[in-house]
Amino acid sequence: MKLIFEKSKEGRTAFSLPKLDVPEMKIEIEDELLRKEAPNLPQVNELEVVRHYNELERKNHSVDSGFYPLGSCTMKYNPMLNEEMANLFNYIHPYLEEEHVQGALELMYNLQNYLGEITGMDAVTLQPAAGAHGELTGMLIVRKYIEDNGFTNKTKVILPDSAHGTNPASAKMAGFDVVEVKSGADGRVDLEEFKKVMDDTVAAIMLTNPNTLGLFEKDILEIARLAHEHNALLYYDGANLNAIMGKVRPGDMGFDIVHLNLHKTFSTPHGMGGPGSGPVGVKAKLKDYLPKPIVDINEEGKYFFNYDIPKSCGRLRTFYGNFSVMVRAYTYILMMGKEGLKFASEMAVLNANYLRKRLEKEFDIAYDEVCKHEFVIDGSFLKEYGVKTLDFAKRLLDYGIHPPTIYFPLIVHEAMMIEPTETESKEELDNFVEVMHKILEEAKTDPEILKEAPRNTPVRRLNETIANKQLKLRG
Amino acid sequence: MKKFTKTHEWVEVEGKIATIGITEHAAEELGDVTFVELPEEGKEVKKGEALCAVESVKSASDVYSPVSGKVIEVNTELDASPEIINEDAEGKGWIVKLELSDESELDGLLTEEEYKNSL
Repeated sequence: MKLIFEKSKEGRTAFSLPKLDVPEMKIEIEDELLRKEAPNLPQVNELEVVRHYNELERKNHSVDSGFYPLGSCTMKYNPMLNEEMANLFNYIHPYLEEEHVQGALELMYNLQNYLGEITGMDAVTLQPAAGAHGELTGMLIVRKYIEDNGFTNKTKVILPDSAHGTNPASAKMAGFDVVEVKSGADGRVDLEEFKKVMDDTVAAIMLTNPNTLGLFEKDILEIARLAHEHNALLYYDGANLNAIMGKVRPGDMGFDIVHLNLHKTFSTPHGMGGPGSGPVGVKAKLKDYLPKPIVDINEEGKYFFNYDIPKSCGRLRTFYGNFSVMVRAYTYILMMGKEGLKFASEMAVLNANYLRKRLEKEFDIAYDEVCKHEFVIDGSFLKEYGVKTLDFAKRLLDYGIHPPTIYFPLIVHEAMMIEPTETESKEELDNFVEVMHKILEEAKTDPEILKEAPRNTPVRRLNETIANKQLKLRG
Repeated sequence: MKKFTKTHEWVEVEGKIATIGITEHAAEELGDVTFVELPEEGKEVKKGEALCAVESVKSASDVYSPVSGKVIEVNTELDASPEIINEDAEGKGWIVKLELSDESELDGLLTEEEYKNSL
């Protein structure tokens, strides 16, 4: 397939401006600010643009084109209605006066409250641009909290060895030392190991619940008690909230700070670079440290941006966050309602357990017990046939299925992390099981097929070393 | 004679100089190595401390020093060709040479046989 630049023909455009029917004006612009040559844009007509992007889309795999059980990432279906609602706001600009965008502000105000209600938090900022950005925001709030309370000896953040890689990165970026705590034999935080590292120098503990193995941290109340006994804060990585939404709230488990990934739990698109949205909620004792502004309502019932947060950890993003993503999440929450959100979590858990049960005979499931929204296969047993998890995953592409997340979490060797999400039908799940068994059979009888996979995709297997070392980010 | 650690490093000592790398098993588990973060020459490390980091297509992992000492040489070829670790982890894929500060630390390490049995 050609790049759109390769299709370019001098002078060709996708639009034509009407003839100038007013006097030409000269505007004085400093010479150094004037562009000397035209920007290097592809010169193509409208139909060429449409065909180009349609072709690109057809080559891509998305949840709109097929099953996408990418564990931890939650490739949730994005309802079309979300897009329609987001389009309603196409013509507002962040520089508009507050009085002209009361509807948009009301939406943000309500969304802050809904997310607070769903997570059990007292105040919410919608500013962070994505999940990991939310984590950093949370860690900066922790920093403000320890400064404000004079806890100068608090330098550490504890997290489990099953944590998302962004957790240690965020803690480190906010200036904390990271302490890893080992998981126990049941795949959860080992309480005894946790006690060994928990002391007054700990600023925060970052946990995902259910964790990255899809298992609920059953000792969470005791962990929260120990954390608070040492004036440490408990941080909830909301990546897996979609498994427990409406069932149990992080705030009620003892968490003090929560970040959400709106694309995982509230059906907004996976940006793969943006725009995303990673709102952060906090308990009342931390609300003075939130980034500013947050949306508030005055006595006359008018919505406004409240900048009066003197102890704020600062501004984390230009303007007010990615508004169009907020509209989509808001639409989802309103359409689903309280019972609907609960049902979505139930179906996500049911689908994961259905797959787990149907696969557990032939595949080695790590920590095989009733899971939440995802589970992890240990692909070590494939070695016996001379193939690896990577080969197995690549072969799934040939059957039109996006591979699960592989080699994460790190505590499972040859991990294959499967998360079907709530919207898949039983037929779709059965097809996946059938394909998994078919590929296993191929691994036993003709492993070369797996090693050479994928064969039916627009590009064959990529050299991952070169892809990692020589990033090619421009066309 | 090579000695090994439970955390998958090897060390070979000649006189006071210890050559250190990761084991073939570790390289196999990591998959294709894409980057080796080499330590500065002159850096002092203690036994069990992170010496450097190895990144592969799967993950980034710390390499822990099997012994204490001072870094006197690093394998700069790994900058351009980290894949040497996958090709020859326990030979050309060595990572650093340390000047040993306490030879008795070697006694606590595993023999090749003990290491293989521990896998």
